[in-house]
Amino acid sequence: MISVFLIIISSVFFVGIISKVKAKIAARKMPSIIQPFYDIIRLFKKGAVYSSTTSFIFKIAPLVYFSTVLMATLFMPIGSQNSILSFDGDFLFFAYLLALGKFLMIIAAMDTGSGFEGMGANREALYSILIEPAFFILIGSLALFTDITSFQSLFVNLQDSTNISYFIGIFYIYVFVNIAMVENSRMPIDDPKTHLELTMIHEVMVLDYSGFDLGLINIASWLKFSIYGALISNFLINQSFVWYWQIIEFIGIQITFAVLVGILESFTARNKMGKNPQWIIILSAISIVIFLTGLIITQKIILN
Amino acid sequence: MLKITNNQTIELDKIKKLDYDKFYSSVVELLNKKENHCVNYFAYPIKDEFQFFIAIADDKNHDIVILSHQLNQDDKKELKSLTEKIFSLHIFEREIYENYGIKFIGHPWLKPVRYPSNRANKTNINDYPFYTIKSNELHEVGVGPIHAGIIEPGHFRFICNGENVLHLEIQLGWQHRGIEQLFLEKKNHLQRNILAENIAGDTVIGHTTAFAQTLESLANFNVSEQLHLERALALELERIAIHTGDIGALCVDAAYHLGANVFGILRTAIINFIQAWCGNRFGKSLIRLGGSNFPFTKELRNELFEVLKSYEKKFEEMARITYRLTSIQNRFELIGTITEKQARIIGTVGLSARMANVLRDVRETHPNIAFQKYPVNPVVLKTGDVMARFVAKKREIRKSISWIRDLLNNFKFKENIEKPNYSLKLKPQHFSISLCEGWRGEICHCAITDKDGALTYYKVKDPSLHNWKVLELSLRNVEISDFPINNKSYNLSYCGNDL
Repeated sequence: MISVFLIIISSVFFVGIISKVKAKIAARKMPSIIQPFYDIIRLFKKGAVYSSTTSFIFKIAPLVYFSTVLMATLFMPIGSQNSILSFDGDFLFFAYLLALGKFLMIIAAMDTGSGFEGMGANREALYSILIEPAFFILIGSLALFTDITSFQSLFVNLQDSTNISYFIGIFYIYVFVNIAMVENSRMPIDDPKTHLELTMIHEVMVLDYSGFDLGLINIASWLKFSIYGALISNFLINQSFVWYWQIIEFIGIQITFAVLVGILESFTARNKMGKNPQWIIILSAISIVIFLTGLIITQKIILN
Repeated sequence: MLKITNNQTIELDKIKKLDYDKFYSSVVELLNKKENHCVNYFAYPIKDEFQFFIAIADDKNHDIVILSHQLNQDDKKELKSLTEKIFSLHIFEREIYENYGIKFIGHPWLKPVRYPSNRANKTNINDYPFYTIKSNELHEVGVGPIHAGIIEPGHFRFICNGENVLHLEIQLGWQHRGIEQLFLEKKNHLQRNILAENIAGDTVIGHTTAFAQTLESLANFNVSEQLHLERALALELERIAIHTGDIGALCVDAAYHLGANVFGILRTAIINFIQAWCGNRFGKSLIRLGGSNFPFTKELRNELFEVLKSYEKKFEEMARITYRLTSIQNRFELIGTITEKQARIIGTVGLSARMANVLRDVRETHPNIAFQKYPVNPVVLKTGDVMARFVAKKREIRKSISWIRDLLNNFKFKENIEKPNYSLKLKPQHFSISLCEGWRGEICHCAITDKDGALTYYKVKDPSLHNWKVLELSLRNVEISDFPINNKSYNLSYCGNDL
């Protein structure tokens, strides 16, 4: 129960921290850290406008997207705090829950019939396909080390075999930070601040949403960030500590993650769109290296 | 052949009216030479007759060739198109066709330029003849005329194969205000002066300088050397300010917000100095006919030294970081490439030409008094991609700064300067042409007076008129997501094109 609560709380501040860091680096006046929260309240007060060319898919997509992401948080443990739901193979369920939400957003974007949104949907679909192997290979290799296939016990058992976890930790964190960037359409794949429809990916897909629906979509993307932050922190939190130390560790890691995202976004330009697939495939390649290393260490394949 | 220099006025009678075949062959012969390019080509209506003028700038000999021919009342309103032989004239022929309904036989695509109210063909802008390709695999993306940002209205239609652009068509004219007509309607020189300031908001000094030079030459009114130098100083300040803003804007489009903010701040320092000088950040009211209300005083001189010193330090520091950033290089290099051949065929001018190894700079080839005394050597780059434009802007800023320093150190500015003179009397039956290198490229103003010395024709040409075609071509087979950085790297004027 605490874990879900923590993820939701940290998600509120996540985007605020990123924009605060970016503003600080760019020597601009900083918005309040809970400005995104105010924006959501404003959006919730507004009515929604629907284009007459859209069908029911357009209307249900934000709800499905939001609820799938919310449901995915239920599978996420934090340190030794149990997740609410857990079963064998739940990481598959987790990944496809997120994919289901994304699928609906993509077809909802196609539903509007706008030239821009079709383009955005096309890009989002391509990058989702490319990023999927990285996620599965990585979690799969963790499962290989521990022989366990649910998030809950995966991380607990991983901590016991310390040497391996230190070894793959660096790669794991690198890949997961970048998966989070791709999944949330942040730099260098996409620029959430751009006003140019032709270069957008996620933003252009939600161009036709307004009011309550847009609010839901925004909350869902914060939650997603927070979930990935939790995935990373699970790897780092020392489970032999008492529970409140673990919570402090979690918060610290979330803040570090947000600051890191802010710094990454400030000091780089975004990729050329055509180079994005290459960049994403590199993540999968790193995961495969981890996987093969895992096979060798666990002596599933033996090198002569 | 009649040859004049920049800012020269000649009697209309001295311009010989050739018959069209002779005109045609001379133009083709001249424009096939590398050093020549067309700066203006227009039809001047006299009742039911039309006198055509073409001004061809010879960059080698530093003069301008004027050719003319007349279409008489009983002649058929049809001419053989020059565009077939010389592509760069396509836009001028389209403009003449639009305004007066004179058909050009063999023109590849006589579509309208800007839909003014007095045009010959009265169809609606909604019936614009767009280019289409019929295929199930291609899709069209239309952008504008209402834009998401703060830029001006223009409609862009992409025909795409997936992410790649096969063809881009740009339809402008939404900003048409009838500037050329207004020049004739306003009889007061001050009103005309203010009108010239408003041709394009980002090239205030460029256009006003060209205007002042045209009318002063038409009135045979000589202004002091100091006034020329002050105008040139303002022109260079405008160049620095806008180029800095452009570099910042390119950083925004590449999502490099650090660079965007710093260059934005630096631009403000320069335009604030212009404000301190004349009360307007864009230099409105600074350049006036025959004089100036705002002499360049000693205090301003000292302040400019200070501003440039702090600007240069910060600019160099940020440029060092930005231009070496691998992600910026990765984003800008080899995108939207224009070859030298393409640039020559289109007749590109200004920075867009210089980045593709075509030296076209009025300051060097047709200098006025200021640039004769303090010459600039233009920046020329070879690659022709977005990176080349990005680098060219940086180098031009450096050149301009050192030009200004040179001027400030070597010229003694006097405290008082002649006051503006709005009662200039124009010479009757004369033709005048003035070229001025604005930050975007060559600006050309032409004026013709009648027998009473009143303006009967005023022609404005912004460099964007030539250069919009370059944007269309640099998008060929480029990803559609690269359109914004290409567009921003040229930063062409909508209202300068639409007039």
